[in-house]
Amino acid sequence: MERRRSFPDVLAGVVFILIGGAFVAGSLGYELGTPLRMGPGAFPLLVGAVVAALGLAIVVKGLVAGEVIAFGPIPWRAVGVIVLALVFFGFTVRGLGFVPASLVTALLTTVASKRVRPLMAVAVAAGLTLAATLIFVVGLQLRLPLWGPWLGF
Amino acid sequence: MELLDNLALGLSTALLVQNVLYCFVGVLLGTAVGVLPGIGPTATVAMLLPITFSFEPVTALIMLAGIYYGAQYGGSTTAILINLPGESSAAVTALDGHEMARQGRAGAALATAAVGSFIAGTVATVVLAVAAPPLARVALQFGPAEYFSLVLLGLIVSIALARGSALKALAMIFLGVLLGTVGQDIYTGTPRFTFGQRELYGGIDFVSVAVGMFGVAEILRNLENEQTRTAIVSKVKNLWPTREDRRRIVGPILRGTGLGAALGVLPGGGHVLASFTSYAVEKRVSKRPEEFGHGAIEGVAGPESANNAAAQTSFIPLLTLGLPAHPVMALMIGAFIVHGITPGPNVITEEPALFWGLIASMWIGNVLLVLLNLPLIGLWVRMLRIPYQVLFPMIILFAAIGTYSLGFNAYDVYAIVFFGLLGYVLIKCGCEPAPLLLGFVLGPLLEENLRRALIIERGDATVFLTRPISAVLLALAAAALVVAVLPAIRKRREVVFAEED
Repeated sequence: MERRRSFPDVLAGVVFILIGGAFVAGSLGYELGTPLRMGPGAFPLLVGAVVAALGLAIVVKGLVAGEVIAFGPIPWRAVGVIVLALVFFGFTVRGLGFVPASLVTALLTTVASKRVRPLMAVAVAAGLTLAATLIFVVGLQLRLPLWGPWLGF
Repeated sequence: MELLDNLALGLSTALLVQNVLYCFVGVLLGTAVGVLPGIGPTATVAMLLPITFSFEPVTALIMLAGIYYGAQYGGSTTAILINLPGESSAAVTALDGHEMARQGRAGAALATAAVGSFIAGTVATVVLAVAAPPLARVALQFGPAEYFSLVLLGLIVSIALARGSALKALAMIFLGVLLGTVGQDIYTGTPRFTFGQRELYGGIDFVSVAVGMFGVAEILRNLENEQTRTAIVSKVKNLWPTREDRRRIVGPILRGTGLGAALGVLPGGGHVLASFTSYAVEKRVSKRPEEFGHGAIEGVAGPESANNAAAQTSFIPLLTLGLPAHPVMALMIGAFIVHGITPGPNVITEEPALFWGLIASMWIGNVLLVLLNLPLIGLWVRMLRIPYQVLFPMIILFAAIGTYSLGFNAYDVYAIVFFGLLGYVLIKCGCEPAPLLLGFVLGPLLEENLRRALIIERGDATVFLTRPISAVLLALAAAALVVAVLPAIRKRREVVFAEED
């Protein structure tokens, strides 16, 4: 097999090493126990080490004989906007209430697409908010205030 | 006849008005997400799971199951009409099905898919009813050591079936197991990896993992290359296959059903494997292999029957062992647990109405699917015109609301952001998300049984090898691992999955 480097392989391996390593480091802070009575740290230590080792193997393989995968472009705008929309929802749904939180989340999300026009974004967001309110609050009796305390109601 | 009594009990449960209604809602939603590219049954079930918390347990499970097998049905419609498989298992249907549509025989292809799926679903439901009780009796003999080995075997087998690199699939499984350790330790109550946040003491909710990995990450993938869907949908006419067609599809349907029923039991995507295997088999036994790829009706009948049969029998490990064979099954475990039922061999004796009701509902669901799909095909075709710019904000918003309503905990919403980004990066690097979710759900089971077995055996780790059933299961796991990484077999796997890409 010809030698070929694969950036996605190396990146995936590094992700596994980092997460596995973080769990290993964290689990050393808990009691490990004995084989008879394994402490809370033993299992994560073991599995974390396995994940890190597999990550290392993927890096090595990626440097020697990697998989050919097209990494492709990253839609930075979509990533940023969708993250913002979801965090906004989690942060404000209790304070602002269901309707404003949903409306802003939906509006932010529609902007993730490069093809969307402003008027359409507003229409989609309003329609989705109405649909979500009818389905979740009216239909399914979700116990959430429609308008939250931050708005002075 | 015990079986007939059980089926009668099941039918009487499944035919209750609210159960038929939610079965209908389930298969309707399933068909819809199967038709729509960009959202699959896993994300849908994950989002709808919180809603079902207020239902009767059996009603909730009937609806969630309906979404799963309904999606297998819907996926074939788009595969045939616009060459865009809505579900991975329908990819092979597109090969000949779309070719048939281009030759003006879309109606025959759709009818073949529907009839094949119906026959396969009916047979596989009977297989499920016959095979499940004896398996559950065997599983009752299992101690912690056997369960540990069984879970390990299930996880390893699922990588043998995953696409792409076995090494990455293995890493994904263990990453899932690792993430499953977040939260309070079951034996000592010590909070692990919670950064002192009380909200994380209960662990990460698997719904957040599923919605993030299968919903958010998938949307980011789709937004990489935005293009307007050029849905040139051919007119559907002459729904009924000709006599010649009917003669040609009998064999493929029966062989596909058998293959699918057998392969569906395997963890990790048996339905995808089943449809590919069935296509290969039909091509080999056909007298006219040159027609395959150019609109051979056998190439639609076989795989469609196989994937539907597999969708039904993949409930066998869930209902008898409590082991999920597919990410949707992993979510259904959650549905069991929420309703206070431990999935596993005891379900059949402790909750017979639920067990048999669920099985009977699958047959009713298959009848409903035929009714939904054949006369209403025009409606589904029209759904394809919904632009993605409307669809993905809907998925994001409903995902946020659905996960928040799990426990009115904002951390569940933040978790879908985390898993969406993690999933997006890993999927871009060629890692499949399904093994991670299976590992995440089965990880706590693995740890609990490992530690319990060691306590019972006073710290003697050889117990896993000295107990015969456990030793056999571990040997099978080792064999599966060898099979997954051996280059020769890897090559053949690549061939099997090559046509999908």
